[in-house]
Amino acid sequence: MSAVRAATAGVRPRAGTGSAYRLTDRIGLGLAWLFGLLFCAIAVAIVIYFLIEGIRFLRPSVLFTNPVPGVSESQTGGFLDPMLGTFIVGAMAMAIAVPLGVAIAVWLSEFGRPTALARVAESAIEMLAGEPAVVLALFGLTLFELHALGFLSQVSNGVVLGQSFFAAAALLSLVGLPMVVANTREGLQAIPSHVREASYALGKTKIATTRRVLLPAARPSVITGTMLGLGRVIGDTAIVLLLLGGTLNFQSANSVPVLGLLRGTGDTLTGYIYYNAPTGDGNQPDKAYAAAFVLMLMVLALNLGVDLVVSRSRKAVRWN
Amino acid sequence: MDEDDFLEPGQGMSQDQRAELGLGALVFVVVGLLLAMLAFVVHEAWPSFAHNGIAWFGPGGSLDQQIQAIINSGQLKEAPVYTFHAWALIWSTILITVGAVAIAFPASLFIAVFIVEFAPPWLRGTLEPVVRLLASVPSVIYGLAGVLVIVPFIGNHLITQSQKASVTPIIQLSGASLLAAVLILTVMIAPIMIAVFVDGLRAVPRGWLEGSLALGVNQWRTFWKVGVRTVRPVLVAGTVLATARAMGEAIMLSMVSGSVPFAPNPVDGLIFFFEPSQPLAATIIHNTEALNSPPMKATLYAIGAVLLFSSAMLSLIGWTAKQPMRRYGVIA
Repeated sequence: MSAVRAATAGVRPRAGTGSAYRLTDRIGLGLAWLFGLLFCAIAVAIVIYFLIEGIRFLRPSVLFTNPVPGVSESQTGGFLDPMLGTFIVGAMAMAIAVPLGVAIAVWLSEFGRPTALARVAESAIEMLAGEPAVVLALFGLTLFELHALGFLSQVSNGVVLGQSFFAAAALLSLVGLPMVVANTREGLQAIPSHVREASYALGKTKIATTRRVLLPAARPSVITGTMLGLGRVIGDTAIVLLLLGGTLNFQSANSVPVLGLLRGTGDTLTGYIYYNAPTGDGNQPDKAYAAAFVLMLMVLALNLGVDLVVSRSRKAVRWN
Repeated sequence: MDEDDFLEPGQGMSQDQRAELGLGALVFVVVGLLLAMLAFVVHEAWPSFAHNGIAWFGPGGSLDQQIQAIINSGQLKEAPVYTFHAWALIWSTILITVGAVAIAFPASLFIAVFIVEFAPPWLRGTLEPVVRLLASVPSVIYGLAGVLVIVPFIGNHLITQSQKASVTPIIQLSGASLLAAVLILTVMIAPIMIAVFVDGLRAVPRGWLEGSLALGVNQWRTFWKVGVRTVRPVLVAGTVLATARAMGEAIMLSMVSGSVPFAPNPVDGLIFFFEPSQPLAATIIHNTEALNSPPMKATLYAIGAVLLFSSAMLSLIGWTAKQPMRRYGVIA
């Protein structure tokens, strides 16, 4: 129940009908309704459009075959490798972003001294959230072209390629990081201080309190942040194009089983869609639709997960 | 339960001090890395800025020819050419960003007010997940929808043949245009604004609204004059954040904006909205294959540096703008 409606309940029979509403107020309220419904309509249109087009073009075969360069929809195969690439990149990026993000959030919320560093860190994370992914990708390219980091990608004739799963995941983790930090921090700050004090009173140290009381209590926030961050990571295209190579299939750096693959180049669903859109080099819109459908399903699943966690944590224990 | 969890009197650093130092060092490293990013990008970009000076930002010459000359000089291993006048790209970025923000701001404000105060519970329960969903749809999917639905629609139905014929010698009006870019970008950045606005509006102290209602002011006017006015810092912050996002959007814009380094001219009348262009971020994506040419690499990093600097400034402004809201408990 909203503040104003709670206050007016019983005073006025129905919001928006009293004679106190002037014409401008009515127009404003009408606009609010209009924009709200329009926004829902746009979302529904996008989702339904991609579901319909996706179902039209999605065949089981495209999920289990690899992309082949070709000129017609029947020749170009499916997108098994890009799909696996999305999973690999997402897992690797979040494996970096979650521990790092939680650590930063704990420091910002529980320690935060010296204050100057806390201020700088806070605004730096904020800046990172607003940084265009394409600029991060350019930075990643210079970073991973350094000879010291050559072991993370391929080296030919003394030149470091700088494109690999390692490079892409490292930079994509920066895309997911702000989400993890912001949500974890919000979760930690929502825990009242008497909970901490109770733990200190039992003789626990600050870090033990954080590990055993605060972080478990903030777990829904950490999960929410992780899922939102993962959504950003698997939806990113610029970093994939520049740092993963966008080579459609996996191209291992050498024959070492896992390491060779991760040092090699590859692609993800977003890169595949970009390549197969009419503006890309592949231009196979049907394949792009099918891949967009799969990507859309992943995004929808993540959103559903967030909704579940949020609604569940609302019902969870209250502190006071 | 570990013995370590408890305080013990002893010498040296306590567990807490070690943890604080460790975490602090980690944060320091991350901040350092971000500063290194600035240094790296500017360092790579320096030749382009040094050669062109302030003219880098100015107009002049054909950008297509300039880019071609830059790429060739690097690939043929000749003396590097750096001449580059980016005004057409900057102008396109400004037009698209300002256009999208100008449409998204009022719409987002109305939607945020609607969600917080006026929507019936069932609609509010729908709108909140919808906002989150639209915010998380990947930009390449927006781009795909744009290039397969919006662009052909504009090209086939909104632009007349005579309009196309009138500009044929200079550019092609295919539908990939300012209009398409602005419309799709609006849908992309509105959820960001709405989320920030809603957080702010929720934090308005109840008593202030109730005070206004008690004076007989109606619900709409109360919320508009008291609620929205209170959260002005949040409005600035949300708008600035969305602007930074819009400016940095590369993938979607490289798909629907036409990818022609042409500066749309408002004097052209209605055709202005149908003219193709190429914003800064999309230029980088468009030319990634030319990164092996050193002078082109410097040029692309220069574009990156401009984007990096402007979005960092915008984030900083946004962060500063919402500091006053802390006293109402808004952190987001």
